[in-house]
Amino acid sequence: MSRDVQLDRVTMRFGSLTAVRDVSLSIGAGEFFSFLGPSGCGKTTLLRMISGFMEPTEGVVRIGGQDMRGIGPNKRPTALIFQNLALFPLMTVAENIGFGLEVRGIPSSRRKARVEELLDLVALPGTGEKKVTDLSGGQRQRIAIARALAVEPSVLLLDEPLSALDLKLRQHMRAELRAIQRRTGVTFIYITHDQGEALTMSDRIGVMRAGVLEQVADGQTLYDHPATAFVAGFVGETNRFTGTVAETADGMAALDTPAGRLLGRNPRGLGVGDRAALFIRPERLAVDGDGPNRLTARVSHRDFEGSFVNAFLTGPTGTLMVQIPHRGQSDPPLVPDTDATLTFRPQDAVALPWEGE
Amino acid sequence: MTAAGVRRFLTRTYLVLFFGYLFVPLGIMGAAAFNTSRFPTVTPWTGFTLQWFPALFADQRLWQALGTSLIVAAGVIAVAVPLGLAGALLLNRLHSRARTFLYAVMVSPLLTPGVIVGISTLVFWRQWFGVSGGIFLTVVAQASFIAAYAMLLFLARLQRFDPSLEEAALDLGASHGQVFRRITLPYLMPSVLSSALLAFLQSFENYNTTLFVRGLETTLTIYIASKVRTGLTPAVNALSLILIGLTIIGAVVYEIMRRREAKA
Amino acid sequence: MTEVLRRYGPVLTTVILLAVAVWIVGLVVLPQVLMVDFSFRPMLPPAKIGGPEDVYTLKNYATLWTNEVHRAIFVKTIWASALVTAVTFAVCYPIAFYMAQVAPRRRLPMLVLMLVVPFWINELLRTFAWYIILAYSGPLNILLVALGIFTEPQRLSGGDVGVIVGMVYVYILFMVFPIYNALESLDRHQIEAARDLGAGWLRIHRRIAIPHAKPGIAVGCIMTFMLAAGSYAVPALLGGPQSRWFTEVIYNWFFEGGNWNQGAAYAFILLVLCVGFILLMMKLFRVGLTDIAK
Repeated sequence: MSRDVQLDRVTMRFGSLTAVRDVSLSIGAGEFFSFLGPSGCGKTTLLRMISGFMEPTEGVVRIGGQDMRGIGPNKRPTALIFQNLALFPLMTVAENIGFGLEVRGIPSSRRKARVEELLDLVALPGTGEKKVTDLSGGQRQRIAIARALAVEPSVLLLDEPLSALDLKLRQHMRAELRAIQRRTGVTFIYITHDQGEALTMSDRIGVMRAGVLEQVADGQTLYDHPATAFVAGFVGETNRFTGTVAETADGMAALDTPAGRLLGRNPRGLGVGDRAALFIRPERLAVDGDGPNRLTARVSHRDFEGSFVNAFLTGPTGTLMVQIPHRGQSDPPLVPDTDATLTFRPQDAVALPWEGE
Repeated sequence: MTAAGVRRFLTRTYLVLFFGYLFVPLGIMGAAAFNTSRFPTVTPWTGFTLQWFPALFADQRLWQALGTSLIVAAGVIAVAVPLGLAGALLLNRLHSRARTFLYAVMVSPLLTPGVIVGISTLVFWRQWFGVSGGIFLTVVAQASFIAAYAMLLFLARLQRFDPSLEEAALDLGASHGQVFRRITLPYLMPSVLSSALLAFLQSFENYNTTLFVRGLETTLTIYIASKVRTGLTPAVNALSLILIGLTIIGAVVYEIMRRREAKA
Repeated sequence: MTEVLRRYGPVLTTVILLAVAVWIVGLVVLPQVLMVDFSFRPMLPPAKIGGPEDVYTLKNYATLWTNEVHRAIFVKTIWASALVTAVTFAVCYPIAFYMAQVAPRRRLPMLVLMLVVPFWINELLRTFAWYIILAYSGPLNILLVALGIFTEPQRLSGGDVGVIVGMVYVYILFMVFPIYNALESLDRHQIEAARDLGAGWLRIHRRIAIPHAKPGIAVGCIMTFMLAAGSYAVPALLGGPQSRWFTEVIYNWFFEGGNWNQGAAYAFILLVLCVGFILLMMKLFRVGLTDIAK
């Protein structure tokens, strides 16, 4: 049975350091939720508070509506997949998977049947008698998942479990994790610093920085409508122009930047004179288009990526990145060491509060 | 000869002298066990005999002393290994000053002369509990410093332990007791065995501490010392030879265990 | 402490704390404290203990000062132990350096084993070996006479020389291993680099190897001195009535003189001597307690 997880004003302090600051969030039953953020942003601390290895300094964690204060990790309906997997090296694969059932006193015949079932689920039938040290990285990964699922958790917590795998295996495991989540219906809470992982697998993503939850939304919303400058910069590639708000009207703002006056959406209600940054995605920049937003920059080099081309230009605000779909003959002529005029539509750009880095 | 040649020659000479110094005395003592002379010596060599071995086996008090030594050693293992384990488990989870302080107190008996360990134990137990010297106090006194050796062995292994294994077991629903029994203890098992062997060897050969707390009991080491001073015959050499043989086996086993453990 | 509790749970934490408390309080600290307390009290018949005469006194400590024989034995124990330490260091440093820096690596396991095995052999048996060697008609006398160094056999055991020779042999391995462990962590290339820069043999040791081995040397010296000063077996077997050791005086107070308070005072003086030596070594080699207690 899958359950929802609620974080109610959760704060964690270690001495003078605040690792997690006032996080409130509701994760639905059966949801695939990811926490995304750079290392040290507090996401692992958050996970350890949900799993019960740490008690929040303030605030409450509720699972399925039940207050988890004072309930240890061994009494919570959660299972955690560790970053290093933490498979028991002295036990066989079957003993590893069956461990959670064994400590619950499940008789060995039923345990055995359940282990077989789980080995089928993770597509490793017949490996039960192997030593975990004899398995490959991908296999160990699956065993760790099977071991966590064996105790039928309501919530499965995953702490960057794919970080040790090579790129190809990582991409394969993303699809597999998503499939297992759909099949079991268990609530998945996934931690990662890799936006690709978060965007491809999750129903919703919470972006964290310095202990603060900056924005919670699905991947597309994060990408198209970032709520903060940090989210805009962390999720996906982007170009940034910092400056001061000169005018506002009809949900739009005009910024005075070193590249001239630029127009974009104003979702946060910036006022005239505010420090702000305007963000525009590389694929929304056009070469020689129309509109009010125009800037000139010098092409420094271009990388051919197959279906698209990344061009890098040096403008008044530093390096700009432009992404152009590759369609053969009609590609715009971005020749290195020549000047190019870039344009973008105001509704593709977003102006957000900026405190400087 | 070149300079390198001279250096090599000097190094070789030194090595031969050093290891000669280490082993020749033991060889002489062993050889004396086969000399017919009444007094243990190799000079003069009066003739080869095996007579001192049967003479040794006929010595009833020797067997008694051996029995006492074994009982004491078993007691020391039973006390020192768990204490050392508890100490290591605690230290491994402490930080900074508390850890440094406890560590210093735990290893202090290793830097204290053995006679003082014996004396303090003797005085304390007589004053507070009216217990006088005997097997019990011998076990207590020896365990107080042998536990430190066990602690050091456990601590070295615990420092290579991945604590997320304990967390994983806990997360899967195991109680703290189950985590300890199923995860921590099996990992520490090689250290349990090597510290038990270390405790046995240390206890078996102890003299300085035992001397003060033995009461009327006689361990094998005490017995050998008394034989050397009164009633010395080459039977003592025969006994020494046997003990050295057993020690070599024990030391080699311990060394193999230690090396295998270091690799795992 | 909360981390201990979280890691081991309430039951196991209680067991661990109890065991550690029994060990360090019951077996280590209290006996020492009581021994010191005892040493400052006069010896009284059981009936008078706790009575008006049972007061703290320095009388037991004054004995060492007034008793010239004991004082001489104490002073000799100090210098003889220091001598044993120095000789042991001189004999051990080269072998430790050879093993750590010169010996081919494939030969190391065998070398270590050759040192470990005698290390495990009973201290008493190793002393006994020298009892035979030093005997009046023993092999050493015969060798020395044959070499023409002596014209006739000498009494080698039963005096201070025999005790010191025996101690060097018995405690040598407590010096080898700490120095070896310290020198092992010195990168072999450092020595080569120094030699390459034209540093002489003596300079390499004085400027590179010995400074690096400091913590090991300190530990080796502390162990050797402590074992020598606290030795009972060696002086008992190789010494005689004229070469008594301080530990033998302590033993006599306990089991022949029957004055435990006096014996406890002497034992405490021996302990203070050893602690003093540890502090001296720490200052001399500028190493901390954590370097030593490894």
